[in-house]
Parts: sequence; structure tokens; C-alpha cells
Amino acid sequence: MKRPELICPAGTPAALESTIRAGADAVYLGFRDETNARNFPGLNFSRKELKEGISFAHNNGAKVLVAINTFPKSGEPELWYRAVDDAANLGADAVILADIGLLDYANRVHPNLRLHLSVQAAASNPIAIGYYTDRFGIKRVVLPRVLTVPEIAALSSAVDPVETEVFVFGGLCVMTEGRCALSSYVTGRSPNMNGVCSPASHVRYVETAHGIASRLGDFTINEFSKSEPAGYPTLCKGRFVARGNASYLFEEPTSLNTLSILPDLMNAGVSAFKIEGRQRGRAYVAAVVEAFRAGIDAVIAGHSIPDIDLAHITEGGRQTTGAYEKKWR
Amino acid sequence: MCSKRTPFFDKLLPNVIERLADAGKEVVISSQALIMSANEQKVARDLATLEGVIIEANDITLAALLAGRQFAVGPFVNIYNENTLSVFEDMGASRICLPPELPRERLDEIASRARAELEVQVFGRLPLAISARCYAARAHSLSKDGCLYVCAEHSDGMAVDTLNGKPLLAVNGTQTLSFSMLNLLPEIPHMQKIGISRFRLSPHSVDMVSVAKTFRNAMTGLLGPDAATAQLLELCPGIEFSNGYFYGAPGHKYVEAD
Repeated sequence: MKRPELICPAGTPAALESTIRAGADAVYLGFRDETNARNFPGLNFSRKELKEGISFAHNNGAKVLVAINTFPKSGEPELWYRAVDDAANLGADAVILADIGLLDYANRVHPNLRLHLSVQAAASNPIAIGYYTDRFGIKRVVLPRVLTVPEIAALSSAVDPVETEVFVFGGLCVMTEGRCALSSYVTGRSPNMNGVCSPASHVRYVETAHGIASRLGDFTINEFSKSEPAGYPTLCKGRFVARGNASYLFEEPTSLNTLSILPDLMNAGVSAFKIEGRQRGRAYVAAVVEAFRAGIDAVIAGHSIPDIDLAHITEGGRQTTGAYEKKWR
Repeated sequence: MCSKRTPFFDKLLPNVIERLADAGKEVVISSQALIMSANEQKVARDLATLEGVIIEANDITLAALLAGRQFAVGPFVNIYNENTLSVFEDMGASRICLPPELPRERLDEIASRARAELEVQVFGRLPLAISARCYAARAHSLSKDGCLYVCAEHSDGMAVDTLNGKPLLAVNGTQTLSFSMLNLLPEIPHMQKIGISRFRLSPHSVDMVSVAKTFRNAMTGLLGPDAATAQLLELCPGIEFSNGYFYGAPGHKYVEAD
């Protein structure tokens, strides 16, 4: 059994340090602009912070992966080129890219830079991954959250020696990543173009006769009674009416949690486990990293999975193994 | 969209292609957008060997299989800039339908550098997302495996409203579309001016033959934008139009042409 790398989110320099102390093998992060898919206020790294972060990580035996995974604006590729150049020059261990034009640039200009294919590229089969490998020399692919564990096992074996990375915990896109424009349909701002989904700038909570409505742009995403906590209106986790019934049509507010199926994912030949949540607080990230560090180490040592309850930090107190189990579809 | 639908039309396809070709129409076969299973990969490989028709790649998978030949690229492939466009052109993409969320300035930029023929959707519900999960099945408390083909009940997509009754989206099985209908009829002259030469209509249960004639007449200049729009409104009674993406606004909005 391969010992998978544990890849953890670093939204800020402080989170980078605490995450590595909690047992991350690598952290992933982004620059403070539209070049990455967590372009949120107060998050991400300046060039100086990246330099210091890489130094801290390398001194502690951890890697730094820089996500530059939005799709460059036509006519303005320089911001994205500069992100790739700076990541390479500051000694990042890899960059995580989604756009084909940017992969072409990185491969041409920085032939020694290690390239990972972002989940935002949604490469979901060996033919697609083979293209990115042959054409741009990618070394690892982050798999879209659409595949079952047996499908991941078959895929990992088919694309070897290209490594596969899967999400093991955190926020869950129910739409195929990089192929969803729901957010821009409602707010004008999207993951692909702006690095944001259901942005806080477009969120409002409005009092109604029965309680509180959460709104995104011009649309009601959910309603809550006065005694319920009003959740964040992420579009695909909203309550909508179809066929006369109100329901969480796309997905309930929930978090991916694969701790219970960790041995299956490890047996599937996956090289790296990723924890979502660069926008989360340090305590949240540290708790998740410690749980998965303990889980991976236990499975490698031949022990049973530690019984660690993460329900208190999941969205809406709900957990799912998502697309990893076929019944989810 | 969904490989489970293939057996319903697969056998009819050769006849349909022949009939259209006999009528002097060019036939383009569009690939699936999300290709995962071994069977879906096999279908993709078979599609890539077809002769005599143009294949539209809606996933990098098909583009990879078709590289070196002439092929088309559909709106589900992420071509957001001229560098990506250029990689696809070098692979053999000779016509490319751009993603729906691109605003006018980005279309202008891309069109100014394109070697391939460019296409933009101008009518119909907007394709917004695809998923491994089937939301038509889910709305019927079924799973995708045991879906009973309930998506067939909703030929224009299953309407999805907000809790306070405002139409928002439409579900086509694993695909999520806008509820509003895109109408870029008044914007066609601008797009023609920058070199976009192909305009896509996504079918809806209205008189599509007349809709197509209206767009054709707008393209040739036989009808001015105002007259063509008036005709389209008559053909689509009660339908909510949108064009926000073109103007850099939320996609659901309708912005008055300037």
C-alpha cells in the first residue's frame, strides 16, 4: 500500500505554520488575486509571504503547492504568467493549473517546474489525463469529485506513473468542478473567471413573516425559522421547488468526510489526499489535519481507523462520502 | 448528456444523418460532456472513428482522440482565452463554440486572434453545469442507476423555482440549465463585425423552424434587430429572456442593448 501524501489548505501564513505542525506533508495555497479558486477577502499570500512560507515548510520537511487554477482572462494573461513565474522562482514544489493555455506556458517557460492538474480541469478518465501528460508533462492529477472508489482505483492504475490526488474532507462541489457557471448566472462572478462561488458580496439575510431568508443576488436560496441557524447560501446547497416539492434538490448543506473509507481510498492506489478549506479557520484545519494524519498512519501501521468525530465542524452537522459511493449519483 | 439515453436514439442516428445530409445539411455529432466509465470511454473512441461527419468535442477526451483531424469544439470545453484557443487550433479544431459566461470584451479579444471559425449560442436555455448526479432522478426520489428515465417527462427541462416561487433553473438529468432563455438576437451584428460567424440555437418547445428563420433573417440583414426581436417575442409568448453574460452582468439579467 502506497503511503499517501496529506495535502492541506493554507489560507494564510499563520495557517500554513499550524497546518504543517498538525502533520501536513504538503500545503497548497494561492496568491492574493484572481489567479486562484479561493479569491476571498483576507485570504492568500503575497510574494514575500510565499517566500517565507516555502522556507518554513522546507525546514519542516513539508512541500508547498501553489494553486493558479482559474482561467486567465483573454487579452490579460500577464497576471497568470507572473503567478507561475514567481511560484517557480520562489521554489514552490509544484503549481496546480487548470487552463490549457497556462499549462502550455508553464511547460514551455519552466520545463523543470512540476505541474499538477487542478480539479478545475475535471480530467475524469485516462484518455483526458493522457492528453495532459503527453502534451504538458503533468505529474499529478487532482480528480474531480465525480468518480466512485472502484473507478478511482481503475483510473489510478491506468494513468500510473502519473499520480492521482483525491479530496478527503471539506466543502463538496456537487457539480463537476470547472464546469459550473451557476454562481455567475446569479451574481456575475464565477469560480472559473473570478475564483469565487456564491460570493459573500452578493449575500443578504432578509427577515420574512416566518423567519429569515438567505439570498444570493436576486434569488432566495433558503429560508429558516427564527429558532434555526441561518446557513450560508451556497447556490447548489439551497432549498428549491421542483415538481411542487421544496427540497435540497442538488445537495444538502454537508461536508465530505472520508475517514470511514480511508483504507478503500488507500487501496485504490491514490498518491495524495487533499483537505478542502483554505477559507477555514486555523482550529478547524488543525482538527481535520490531525484526524487524517492519525487515520493514514493507523491504516499504514495495520491498525483500525481511529474513531474521530468531526461532525461538529461539518456544514449543517451533516457528512457524506459523496460520489465515492455509487448510490450518491 | 447522459449515456443511459443513448439506446433510445442510437439506432435511429444513421437514418437521421442520411436524411439531413440528403437535404443539404451539414451534420455535426456532439459528444458527451462528462466521460467517466469504461463504456463511456469506448463510446468516445468509437465516435472519434466516425467518417463523413463532423464531431464536436465537449470534453478534452474527444479533442485528444480527434487531434490531427479537423473537429469542432463545443461550449462545455473551457476556452477562456487566446492561448488555450491556439492550443486547440493547433490540434485541428476548425470551429469552436465559446463558453456562455464570456462577456463581450472577452469575445472581442478572442475573436481578434482566432484562426478557427467561432460560434456563440444566441438562443435557448443556457448550459450552466454538469454533474455525475442526476437531479431529475433525485427529484423523483430515485438514484441515477434506477432512474426509470424520468427525465423524459420534462422535455424542456424540469423547472426549479426558489422557495418564494421565482423561476431560477431547469434540470435536464445530470445537466443544469438556466430557466431564462438566452436571446442575443440584437447582439448578432456586433458579433458578426468582430468575426464570429456561427450562431447556435438551443431547441425549446416553441416553433423552432420560425425561430431559426428569424435568426437567419437577422444574420443576413433581411430583418433589422428591432423587427427580428419583435418577431421572436411573438414566437415565444410568456418566455423570460436573458443576455446578462454578454454585458458582464449576472447571466439571468436582461440588459437593454446599447
